[in-house]
Amino acid sequence: MRILGISGSLRAGSHNTRLLHAAAELVPEGAELEPWSGLKDVPPYDEDDDVEPAPAAVAALRDALAGADAVVFATPEYNTSIPGQLKNALDWASRPLRTNPLRNKPVAVIGASTGAFGAVWSQQELRKVLRSLGARVVEEGVAVRHADRQLDGDNLPEEVREELRDVLATLVAEVRERQLVAA
Amino acid sequence: MTTIADKTEVLPAGTWKADPAHSRVEFAVNYLGGTFRGVFSPFEAELRVSEGGEATLTGVARAESVRVQDENLEAHLLSPEFFDSERTPELTFTSTDIRTQGEAVEIGGELTVRGAAQPVQLRGTVRPPIGAYGQQRIGITVETQVDRTAFGLNWNAPLDDGTPALANDVLLTAELFFIKEQ
Repeated sequence: MRILGISGSLRAGSHNTRLLHAAAELVPEGAELEPWSGLKDVPPYDEDDDVEPAPAAVAALRDALAGADAVVFATPEYNTSIPGQLKNALDWASRPLRTNPLRNKPVAVIGASTGAFGAVWSQQELRKVLRSLGARVVEEGVAVRHADRQLDGDNLPEEVREELRDVLATLVAEVRERQLVAA
Repeated sequence: MTTIADKTEVLPAGTWKADPAHSRVEFAVNYLGGTFRGVFSPFEAELRVSEGGEATLTGVARAESVRVQDENLEAHLLSPEFFDSERTPELTFTSTDIRTQGEAVEIGGELTVRGAAQPVQLRGTVRPPIGAYGQQRIGITVETQVDRTAFGLNWNAPLDDGTPALANDVLLTAELFFIKEQ
């Protein structure tokens, strides 16, 4: 089972990218989580450019989503909402809506911020967007607050590890359910 | 099992199938100050009436056959937020009781949407059989109101004042033109 991991933050020292890598260590047996690193290359959405063949970075995004059984998004919170580049990538991925690669796909949203709430508003908005794309969004999330302290080094608090395990277990269960339906 | 009170002349024995060209199954729900409507096309419906007058009405539609006036809205209706067509591809109706009085008809039954079965009571009219160019036809028009949340269709969004944009009560209407199987 292939789980794609997309961090909504681009910088090298991103807390959310680290959170995603921490999640990759905790996936249930039989599954693997592969962080995706193509987000920065996705061009700004322009309907005039939304033609076949798609821009290479967009094709790579769509292929990565289509080839995954599930997706985990780790998002920071910019001005109480989703980072623009992540939303932009989802806008590309969503078209055409009826056949987009996130349709019916189990997805989970987690997030980290240096503030006191752990990107909860951004996570809420991301879940709303993903649901409207037709994704099967799991209810569970992980909100890592004070990420500069909590994600420092290898000392990820056990409670965060436990929350990540729970989200990933739910996500894997959704994939198995989907495989049963398809069988 | 179903019973008909007086009426083999209203619902003659036989197997009757809905004519897809003229029949219609519609939903209507208050949304954004207006009424949002859609149909399921195609769908299948069958009415079986025994010689003794016992009748059963069944209907089935694919969720994928939902038709509204915008393809993106259709895509949203098929998603896990509404019909979840991947996991529950069919909507079905099976009657448990059909009663007629004159041209009035009342049909009790079970409606299954998104995998949830709920009892419903359809009310409307039945038009006496007619002969039309070699076919025997009956027209049945019925409607009922259901609470969409009873079937797990819970999507909503707040309006400016915080009230929900989409009502829970949905009016279902079926206009069925039945043709008797030869």
